[in-house]
Amino acid sequence: MKALLICEYREGKLLDSSFELFGFAAQLGGETALLLVGAEAQLPAYGGPLYLADAAECGEYNPDLHKQLILQAVAKENPDYIVFVHSSYGWDLAPRVAARLKAAQVSEVIGLTDGGFEVGCCNAKMRRTVKPTTAQAVLTIQAGAFPAQQPGGTPQIQRLVAEGGNGMEFVGYEPAEAKDVDLTRAEVIVSAGRGVGKKENVPVIAALARALGGELGASRPVVDAGWVEHSHQVGTTGQTVSPKLYVACGISGAIQHLAGMKKADFIVAINKDKDAPIGEIADVLVVADVLQFVPALTAKVAR
Amino acid sequence: MKILICVKQVPDMESRFKPDNAGVWFSDTDLAFRMNEYDEYAVEQAVQLREQLGDAADLTVLSIGPDRIVEALKKALAMGCDRAVHIQDPAAALKDPWQIAAIIAAFAKDKGFDLIFTGLQSQDRGSAQVGVTVAERLGFACTTTLVGFAFADGVITAKRELEGGVKGVVKLRTPALVTCQLGLNVPRYPTLPNIMKSKKKELVTIPVADLLHEEALAVTARFYPPAKKGGGIVLEGDVGDMAEKLIAILKEKTNVLR
Ligand SMILES: Cc1cc2nc3c(=O)[nH]c(=O)nc-3n(C[C@H](O)[C@H](O)[C@H](O)COP(=O)(O)OP(=O)(O)OC[C@H]3O[C@@H](n4cnc5c(N)ncnc54)[C@H](O)[C@@H]3O)c2cc1C
Ligand SMILES: Nc1ncnc2c1ncn2[C@@H]1O[C@H](COP(=O)(O)O)[C@@H](O)[C@H]1O
Repeated sequence: MKALLICEYREGKLLDSSFELFGFAAQLGGETALLLVGAEAQLPAYGGPLYLADAAECGEYNPDLHKQLILQAVAKENPDYIVFVHSSYGWDLAPRVAARLKAAQVSEVIGLTDGGFEVGCCNAKMRRTVKPTTAQAVLTIQAGAFPAQQPGGTPQIQRLVAEGGNGMEFVGYEPAEAKDVDLTRAEVIVSAGRGVGKKENVPVIAALARALGGELGASRPVVDAGWVEHSHQVGTTGQTVSPKLYVACGISGAIQHLAGMKKADFIVAINKDKDAPIGEIADVLVVADVLQFVPALTAKVAR
Repeated sequence: MKILICVKQVPDMESRFKPDNAGVWFSDTDLAFRMNEYDEYAVEQAVQLREQLGDAADLTVLSIGPDRIVEALKKALAMGCDRAVHIQDPAAALKDPWQIAAIIAAFAKDKGFDLIFTGLQSQDRGSAQVGVTVAERLGFACTTTLVGFAFADGVITAKRELEGGVKGVVKLRTPALVTCQLGLNVPRYPTLPNIMKSKKKELVTIPVADLLHEEALAVTARFYPPAKKGGGIVLEGDVGDMAEKLIAILKEKTNVLR
């Protein structure tokens, strides 16, 4: 068994998420090879074959060119699996490689089970076991699902070059919006999710945050709808927080939200759905309507 | 400019999911269905582009699935699409993303579409594969995860969302396919007059067998709920009692309440 692991590189840096590929490969067992479109100055300590292309020449985001580079490495290594992180780089590139190889793709793998791959579905409420029927398969692994590992060693570098692309031009990066609230320092965060219903109800959640001496947080739909400023968003595309207490009000517990708050010391979830996935990580799940429960709690806390 | 928008109908995610008889997907009974959230952004962006281009744009919305998905197509028509294509397939849920993409590409081939919009992912299966695979099969330029879209002089300027809120700006020429991320725009609610108007719009039905010539590359062996981790306390019942209990727990287990 052999896996070709595709590392990620952005804004001049090897991304830490790449090390989760090693954690996954360790569970899979067998040989590995690595591919990175990056820079020689930043290679992981890894004692195997490493296919390297220069990001200064190939671009950090040029999926058609990166696809060709990966296909070259696949032709040399003939791996059973080609593994990406399920990220804006991985989910953009993996289907292109899979289509060219006519290989099955399994997206957002969270574990290995009964000869297949475990993936989440239905907004993380359910699971599926998926089995490729092709000899080669492309996988993307869920960020955070496998432990980061530092394999150690010195890579045997093999350089790759490719030309072309199909007329797509990468213009540049735009930095994340400035954060006027620093949630990372807050000891208590009370977050509003879509379950609060409408913008007019957000003050009910903010009042509990105040009564507990904390800050207001929010899930993404609440921010997208303009109910709460982006600077309050918790999750992969917002802030990563680790307060002493996190209270999730009407939040289902999608993986991208959990990624931003699961390190909180104590998690309380208020949700009318007893099966909401947030219940899996909550220390206390209050099964209730937020608009009834939160004011009652605020009144008692304030007393 | 010919534009295709691919939409999927998915269950309301607040539903309780029960495995079907084969244990490989959810049973449809007792579920309420709606348009995949990501695809609402795709429809809205196409409609906004038509508002920009006027009659020079023609919007076809396509969905693969059983008869109930006509509701999702009707919603897209009421939002402003011109015509709808229902690719009739009672067993669509058992097809893998490769087959779904093959069906869409077979339909789109030779029809001269300049631009295709899809969602980033479906909420029920969430593979984030179909859009990119369609582009690859058609040889279209493609970028994903759009939170910004502009079109001028045949060039699309797309803003892609990356991790941590950083964005990447990309320019691409048509023919192209883009996949839409949450927050790309504010999807409109169909108004009553537009719902009435949409009833006169064309809705074509095509049996899936006419378009599908590919075997699945992956199979679902099992569909099941996650193992309960346990450990967590679940409070149910009277609101006042639960609030008292929660305060007692917070006093015992955390030092944020004294
Ligand atoms: C690439 C990417 C990045 C993302 N980044 C982020 C991110 O940074 N942060 C983020 O939050 N999301 C992010 N998302 C979106 C994420 O996948 C979910 O869509 C989102 O977190 C859902 O927010 P929610 O829980 O508020 O809404 P929903 O999933 O709609 O859940 C609402 C919940 O409220 C409950 N509810 C409804 N009414 C009531 C009531 N009256 N009382 C009590 N409970 C009620 C429901 O049971 C449900 O569980 C990202 C998605 C992608 C694809
Ligand atoms: N059955 C379907 N009918 C039409 N479009 C679909 C279907 N399934 C997926 N798509 C499109 O492909 C996107 C990605 O889906 P997925 O690869 O399943 O996550 C969706 O947002 C839709 O735009």
